[in-house]
Amino acid sequence: MKAFTALITRELRLSIRTGGDVLTLVLFFVMIGVVVPFAVGPDRALLGRLAPGVVWIAAFLSMLLGLDRLFRADHEDGTLILLRHADLPFSAVVAAKVMAHWIVSAVPLIVASPLLAVMLALDGAAFWRVVLSLLVGTPALAALGAIGAAVTVSIRRGGLIAPVLILPLAVPVLIFGVGAISTGPGPDLSGSALLFLAAISLITLALSPFAAALAISSGED
Amino acid sequence: MTERHVFGPLALSAHALAVGRGGIALAQGLEFTVQNGKCLLLRGPNGVGKSTLLLTLAGIVEALAGRFDLDGATSEDGPLLHYCGHRNAIKPRLSVLENLDFWARIYGPTGVPPIAALETVGLDHVAGLDAGYLSAGQGRRLALARLLVTARPLWLLDEPTAALDSEGHDLITRLIDAHLEAGGLVVAATHDPITPTDPNSVETLVMAGLH
Repeated sequence: MKAFTALITRELRLSIRTGGDVLTLVLFFVMIGVVVPFAVGPDRALLGRLAPGVVWIAAFLSMLLGLDRLFRADHEDGTLILLRHADLPFSAVVAAKVMAHWIVSAVPLIVASPLLAVMLALDGAAFWRVVLSLLVGTPALAALGAIGAAVTVSIRRGGLIAPVLILPLAVPVLIFGVGAISTGPGPDLSGSALLFLAAISLITLALSPFAAALAISSGED
Repeated sequence: MTERHVFGPLALSAHALAVGRGGIALAQGLEFTVQNGKCLLLRGPNGVGKSTLLLTLAGIVEALAGRFDLDGATSEDGPLLHYCGHRNAIKPRLSVLENLDFWARIYGPTGVPPIAALETVGLDHVAGLDAGYLSAGQGRRLALARLLVTARPLWLLDEPTAALDSEGHDLITRLIDAHLEAGGLVVAATHDPITPTDPNSVETLVMAGLH
């Protein structure tokens, strides 16, 4: 357990000291929210209807962009090889990295989401549902992303392959993520969508450390 | 070295071992046994598979044929080896001490305390410095300090003397001497002569190319 927390602490410390990466992703996330009203026009009702989808697309793209740094740096400086001989199973090492990755790439987005809510004319109740659905859904994106990043880590300049690989897998997250916010006509199914989203997150979080660890181990050969 | 660890009986042996990368054999028919207090030096020109053999022994690359065993190890022991490769696995933006402290926690703090290990490798005066500013030789010394903070019987060293000055060569000799004395095992690939004080503890495996 000590080794597990040591890993998370190190990842957080590194990302705070480098700083730039996290900030870039948050800016990118907010930027999408800024651009959409210009493209769609200032119709508040229309924007309000589009908002859940736009927030999720923004979060989705920002998280995909940040994927590459999950294992790449550690692979290049030899850390990944040495972590194989750590005092805890390699899948636990990967799990710690996924968790740290979620903290540095998803939490800042959730914190910045009020900005998007303002620009996209979301009302108060819908805003809280946005936060809740991001909170529940982004772990699944981090977990799926870890698999993509692990598969492509041994490919030099494979930075953009990982997002393309996991895109189809991440579609359900997008569907239920938006569904958990949606304020459209008809019966309100956002509660059950949120439960589905939570299920997807839990399943991917449980499986992805093993899959990613396996991918990294076989990629080294 | 303040703490003395004495390792239990352990023997690393290879039988008709063939190693290679990407399915292409680099060396085959390797036979050797390393026991407690012994050091095996791998010699040979570039590209004969010294590094690949070490990676194979570290369990990172699959052996192509044959097998190697670590006799005397039980499943409760956890990882028994230190691998020290070409890349030093040092993170810039973390201080020298933070880097070492991280590995002590990850590998288990069973050896000397990090600050004492830095003193041994001669880096204690830069303990608070951003590790990104270290020279190549200092980086290598920091990688060697990792061997000390966690006591593990088997050391796999790939070119440990790379980028080190002559005083650094003495340091390696001292570290290996102390490790062998404590009953440790060393397998080292090297072009520079590493001469542990007790010549009886050294065996040399000369590897020749297949091609």
